Amino acid sequence: MNGLSFVCVAALLMGVSGVTGYLFPSRSAIGQRVVAVLMTCGSAVGLSGCLLSFTGRWALPCALDHAWSLPGCRFAVGLDALSAVFLLPVFVLPALGAWYGLAYWRAASHPANARRLGAAYGALAGAMALVVIARDGVLFLIAWEAMALAAYFAATVEDDSKEVRRAGWIYLVATHAGTLCLLAFFAGWRHATGSFMLEAAPGMPVATAAPLFVLALCGFGFKAGLMPAHVWLPGAHANAPSHVSAVMSGVMLKMGIYGIVRAVALLPVGDVWWGGALLVIGAISCVGGIAFAIGQRDIKRLLAYSSIENVGIIALGLGLALTGRAADRGDWVVLGLCGALLHVWNHGLFKGLLFLNAGALIHATGTRDMEVMGGLAKRMPRMMVLFAVGAVAICALPPFNGFISEWLLYAGFFCAVGVRGAGDLPAVSLAAVALAMTGALAVACFVNMLGRVYLGAPRSETCRHMHEPEALMLWPMVLLAGGCVGVGFFPAAVMMPLEAAAAQWGRAGVVLPGMVRALPFGRLSTACCALAALAAALAFLLNRTGRARGVRVGPTWDCGYARPTARMQYSASSFGNSVVGLTSFLLWPRRCRTALRGLFPRASSFKGLVPDTILDRLVLPAFRAADRFLPRLRVMQQGRTHVYVFYILAIMIVLLLWGGAGSH
Amino acid sequence: MLDNLIHIAVLLLVPPLLPGVIAKTKAWFAGRDGPPLFQPYYDIAKCLRRGWVVSETTTWIFLAGPVVTLAATLLAGLMVPLGRAHAPIAFTGDLVLFAYLFGLARFFTTSAALDTGSAFEGMGAAREVTFACLSEPALFFAFLVLAKISGAFSLTPMLHAPTVAFSAGIAAPLILILIGLFIVLLAETCRIPVDDPNTHLELTMIHEAMVLDHSGPLFGIILYAAAMKMLVLGTLVLQVLVPFLPGRDVLRGPLFLVLLVALAVLIGGVESVMARLKMRHVPYLLVGALLFCGFGFILLIR
Repeated sequence: MNGLSFVCVAALLMGVSGVTGYLFPSRSAIGQRVVAVLMTCGSAVGLSGCLLSFTGRWALPCALDHAWSLPGCRFAVGLDALSAVFLLPVFVLPALGAWYGLAYWRAASHPANARRLGAAYGALAGAMALVVIARDGVLFLIAWEAMALAAYFAATVEDDSKEVRRAGWIYLVATHAGTLCLLAFFAGWRHATGSFMLEAAPGMPVATAAPLFVLALCGFGFKAGLMPAHVWLPGAHANAPSHVSAVMSGVMLKMGIYGIVRAVALLPVGDVWWGGALLVIGAISCVGGIAFAIGQRDIKRLLAYSSIENVGIIALGLGLALTGRAADRGDWVVLGLCGALLHVWNHGLFKGLLFLNAGALIHATGTRDMEVMGGLAKRMPRMMVLFAVGAVAICALPPFNGFISEWLLYAGFFCAVGVRGAGDLPAVSLAAVALAMTGALAVACFVNMLGRVYLGAPRSETCRHMHEPEALMLWPMVLLAGGCVGVGFFPAAVMMPLEAAAAQWGRAGVVLPGMVRALPFGRLSTACCALAALAAALAFLLNRTGRARGVRVGPTWDCGYARPTARMQYSASSFGNSVVGLTSFLLWPRRCRTALRGLFPRASSFKGLVPDTILDRLVLPAFRAADRFLPRLRVMQQGRTHVYVFYILAIMIVLLLWGGAGSH
Repeated sequence: MLDNLIHIAVLLLVPPLLPGVIAKTKAWFAGRDGPPLFQPYYDIAKCLRRGWVVSETTTWIFLAGPVVTLAATLLAGLMVPLGRAHAPIAFTGDLVLFAYLFGLARFFTTSAALDTGSAFEGMGAAREVTFACLSEPALFFAFLVLAKISGAFSLTPMLHAPTVAFSAGIAAPLILILIGLFIVLLAETCRIPVDDPNTHLELTMIHEAMVLDHSGPLFGIILYAAAMKMLVLGTLVLQVLVPFLPGRDVLRGPLFLVLLVALAVLIGGVESVMARLKMRHVPYLLVGALLFCGFGFILLIR
C-alpha cells in the first residue's frame, strides 16, 4: 500500500465518474449529483495519497511497472515529489468545479448536453492525473491525447454556436501541433536512450539533448499557452462552460509546465541558453499576455489572456532554475523552481476563483461583455468580496498568495545580480524588471475589471435585478479564496513539498537542504499580519467616527453637472485605452470612429478592438493562403487504386536507393 | 530601540511639513507670502474633525481606498532607513514588499475612484495605473543597481551602501539612477511636470481627480498618506544623493531632516519653473526615467 495506488484509484474514479451519469435520465439532478460525489471521492482518495506521501508516512518516490499487451508500451507509473506537487491542483479544482457545475449547468436546463459535459469533465480530470504519473513515453502520449480530447469535448458542449465550434477547431489544431512535436520528442528520446521509459539519462551528450529540449519546449509550450503558441487559449477558455474554463486554465495549462519541468529533469544538465530561452519566452508571455488582457471587453477572454501572463511568470521561474542548474547555483534553482511551482498552485487557486466568479456573473446576466455590467457590488456583495480577493491575489499584491510566489522569483533574480556570492549572471536579473512591469500592468487590468463589473452604477437594465448566486456556486469560491488568503499569510506551511520537489529536480549536491528554511517567511507573515491589523484598526476607527458624526449620502460629484447618468462613466475600453496606447507596438489595436465634421456634428460612434496579433494577423492569414494554394496538390489525389499502388512502389524504390546509399 | 522610536516619530509627524515647504517655496518664487508653513497640518486636522458625505453608488471599497493606502504607506515607511540608522523593519527581500505595498495602495485608491462611477475619477485612475506601468520597472532597475553595489537584498544595507562603499566606479551609475528616481518621485507623488496638484480643472489632474468624492476624515487620511509617501520616496532619493554631498559621513539624525526639507525646496523649485507636461507626453518622461535607471544598470555590469 502506498501513495501511488491511492493516486491510481483516484484517477480511475475521476475518469469514469462522468460515465455513471448516463445511467440516469438526461434531466436527472440525481445523476449529476452522483457524478459530483464520485469526483469528490476520487479527489479525496488522491489528496490523501499525496498528503500522506508528503508527511513521510509512505516513501517517495514509488513506482509500478507492468507489461501489457500494447506493443512497445508498458504500464509504468510512478509518484515522486514533482508529480505530487502537480497532482494537488488536479485533485482540488476539478472536484470543486463539479459541485459548482451542479448549479451552473443544471441537467434540467441543459438536458441535451449535461451528461456529455459530465463525462468529458471527469475524463479530463482523470487523464490529467494519469499524465502526471505516467513513466512510459507511449502511456504518457495516450494520457496526453485523452486529456486534449476530453478538454475539447468539455469545452465545446455548446456546439450549436458557430463561435464555439470555431474556438474548438482552433484548439484542436493547436493541441495537435503540440502533440506532433511531442511525438518527435519521444521518438528522439527512444533513439537516444533505447527505450520509451522516462528515466533520467544523465549520460546523454548535450548535443543530442539540445534538440530534444527544443522539441519539448515547443510541444509542451502549445499546451501551456506560452506566447507565440497561445493562439488557441483565449477562444477556448472564453467559450467553454466556466467551470471547464477554470479547470483548463487552473490545471490543464500546468500540464504543459509539468511536461517542461519533467523533460528537463530527465535530460542531462544543459547549456545556459536553455534557461535563457525560457526567460525570454516567459518575459514575452507575461508582459504580452497581460497587455492583451487589458484590451479585452469579454470577461472570460480577459481572464484567459491573464492566464498567459501567469504561465509566463512560471516560465520565468523555470528559466531561472534551469540557468542555475547549468551554472551550478543551488540558490537560483531553489528560488526559481519553488517560485514557479508555488505559482502553479497559486494560479490554480486564484484563477479558478476568478473563472468561477465570472461564470456566476455570466449565469446571472447572460452576457460576457463587461461594458454592460457595473454596479453589481450593491446586488452581489459576497461575490464582490470574493472577486476582490482573487484580484488582489492575481496582481501579486501582499498579503495574498500571489505575492509569495513572486517574492521567491524576485529573490532569485536579485541573487543573479550578484547578491550573496560570486558567479553572477546579471542579464538574468533583467527578468525582475519584466516582472515589475507585469505587476503594474496586472493592477491596471484587474482594477479595470473590478471597477467595470462591480463598482459604479449599473450600465444596463439586467444588472439592476441581479442577486447572489446560490450556495453551491458560492462555496467552491469561498474555499479557493480561503486558499489564497491562507497561503499568503502562512507561506512557510506549504513550502515543504516544494522544497522536496526542488531537491529532486536539481542536481545532487547543488541544492542543499535547509535553503528554503533560511528564507524569511516568518518576517513576511508578520509583515502581512501587521498590514492587515493596521488596516483593520484604521477601518474600525473610521467606522466609529462615522457613526458618531453621521455620514451623509448624496449623488456623485460630477464637477457641477447636475444629472450624471450611468452612461457617462468611464468604460472598460476608455480605462484600458491609455495602457493599450502605451503597448500599441505589441497589440496593434483596431479603432473605428466616424469623423466629426462641421460646427454641429451628427451623432458619432467609436469602437475599439484588440484582436490577437498572432492568431488574427499571422496564423489565420497563413492558413487562408494555404487553403488557396494547397488544393493544387489534389492532382495527386486521383481516386484510382492503381495510382496509389504506384505511389507506394515509387516511394519504396526511393527509400531503397536512399538506404542503399546510406549503407555504403 | 531609541532609533526605532525616532524613526516612527519622524515618519508620523514630519510628512505634512513637506507639502508646506513646497507651497512656501512656490510662493517665494511667485513673490507672494504664501500659506503658513504648517498649513497642511491645519488642513489635515480640520478634515479629521469633520463628518463626511459619500456617494450613493459607493461600497466599502470607497472607504478601503484611504485606509489601505495609509496602512501600506506606513508599513513601507518602516522599511526605509532614515539617515544612517537601521530601519525598524529590515529582512531579506523587504524591498519587494516595499514596492508591492505601493502597488496595493494604488489598487485600492484607483478602485475607490472607480467606485463613485464618476467619469473624472475614472480618468484619473486610468492615468495613475498607466504611469505606474513605467515607474515601477524604473524603480526595480534602480533596486538592481543598488543590490549590485551593496551585494545585499534588503533596503537598509542597499541604501547605506552608496555612502559606505562609495568609489569613483559607482558614481556614474548612481547619478543615472538618482535622476531616474527623482522623476519617479515626481510622478508617484503627483507633482509638476507629471501632475498639477493645484489646478481646479479636473480633466488635467491625476491624483486630485481620483479623490474628488472623498471628504472629511477620508480626505484627511488621503492628504496625510500622500505626504507620507513623499517622505518615504524622498528618503529613497536622498540616500542615493548623500554620497555626492560634502561631509557625507556626518549626515545623520537631524541633518537628514534638513536634507529632506531641502529636497522639498527643490521640488518646489521644479514646480515653479516648469509647466505641467501634456498628458500624452508624460509617458516619454517616464520612459526617460526607465532608460536612466537601465543605463545605470548597464554601466555597472559592463
